[in-house]
Amino acid sequence: MGKSRLDNVLGVLVLVGVIVALYMAFLEAPRERTMGDLQRIFYFHVPAGMVGLLALAVNFVASVMYLVKKNRWWDSLAFSAAEIGVMFMTIVLVTGPIWAKPVWLVWWTWSPRLTSSLLLWMLYVAYLLIRNYVPDPDRRAATSAVFGIVAFIDAPIVWFSIRWWRDLHPSPMIETGGLAPEMRPALWTCAAAFLLLFIYLLRRRLFVETARQDVEMLSRRIEMLR
Amino acid sequence: MIAKVWAIFRKDMLIELRTKDSLNAMLFFGIVVLVIFNFALEPVRESVRAAVPGVLWVAFAFAGTLGLNRMFAAEKENSCLQGLLMVPVDRGILYLGKMLAASVFMLLTEAVVFVFCLVFFNLTVWSEIPWLALIFLVGTLGFTSVGTLLSAVAANTRMREVLLPLILFPVVLPVIVNAVEATGIVLNTVDYGALRLPVTFMSVFTIVFTTVAYLLFDFVLED
Repeated sequence: MGKSRLDNVLGVLVLVGVIVALYMAFLEAPRERTMGDLQRIFYFHVPAGMVGLLALAVNFVASVMYLVKKNRWWDSLAFSAAEIGVMFMTIVLVTGPIWAKPVWLVWWTWSPRLTSSLLLWMLYVAYLLIRNYVPDPDRRAATSAVFGIVAFIDAPIVWFSIRWWRDLHPSPMIETGGLAPEMRPALWTCAAAFLLLFIYLLRRRLFVETARQDVEMLSRRIEMLR
Repeated sequence: MIAKVWAIFRKDMLIELRTKDSLNAMLFFGIVVLVIFNFALEPVRESVRAAVPGVLWVAFAFAGTLGLNRMFAAEKENSCLQGLLMVPVDRGILYLGKMLAASVFMLLTEAVVFVFCLVFFNLTVWSEIPWLALIFLVGTLGFTSVGTLLSAVAANTRMREVLLPLILFPVVLPVIVNAVEATGIVLNTVDYGALRLPVTFMSVFTIVFTTVAYLLFDFVLED
């Protein structure tokens, strides 16, 4: 599986999507009354969180599938999704404090939402660490799949364990309907652009990972022939 | 099944009671952590009582990690693990036996570290002891339920001892949070009704992760 036509189409779509999203977030969306232009970080913070969670869910499903099917492709998918998930969660954790400092007057607060996002990020960094330190490919796949499952089960538990803490962070406005209707198109455009970006990155990363595994296998075979 | 779990548990207990490798290290490390905290908390000497639950659980968690690290590292010596894997029982049984052994080591450590804590921080407790014992028990089971599984995960890696705390602490954070909360309720308040929530939470955590680990343990042990 090389760079297929689908990848080219996706690439163009991502490019167009990101440009449209930038336009929507910076020019089309109205200026927020109290926070001003600062609020526009919302259009990146929230979609990154949504897509990040989606990536981690993909990791979970792929981890389970690997343990069931023992097919290396699922392991590659789990790894690629985790790596991209960590990237999106990093965007969330970086944009969050940038937004929080002027509005809440603090960079960070140990509120349930912030704490569980940070924990989630740490869990998947741990996942990537484990992968780094297991040399044998089959061991690596099984071990990290187990950890991926544990991490994903732990995520909601972390949330429920600290839920009653004082929370400065607003609840998801999409659920509560608190988001002004004029802001919704920009949010959904950005979410769609991030989703496209995720799918594109996932496909490319998966390609690189499977290629790397093929090389690994071939060099082993050469090693055995010697 | 209970007899099989007991056999594994007894094996680990026997080895430990004869060598005392882990227990000595865990105990001493727990005490060292207490001493360090004593100095770290020097600036807030007056309100140190409020910090005791946190200090205790940090000491327990660190000492516990030390013990968990040995669980599978010790089995790697002299190919003991291969022998263990040849035993014709379900891998989940191995997990349960080891988890029980790890819990007992940790509880023994906790008992001693707690006494040192009382001395170092000048606390007096009597009627609180049964409550604390309950909290230590559930908290420890929660800790080792994940800890034993992740100890086996870490044993698969090149970094073993270094990696375990990195992967374990983010996962057990909910237990630590609730254990600290519950210990604080017992030590610093009189309203024990508030204990129900954290204790229930830790129990649920233990049940969920014991089940998950029981099912997944097979995959982390090499054949």
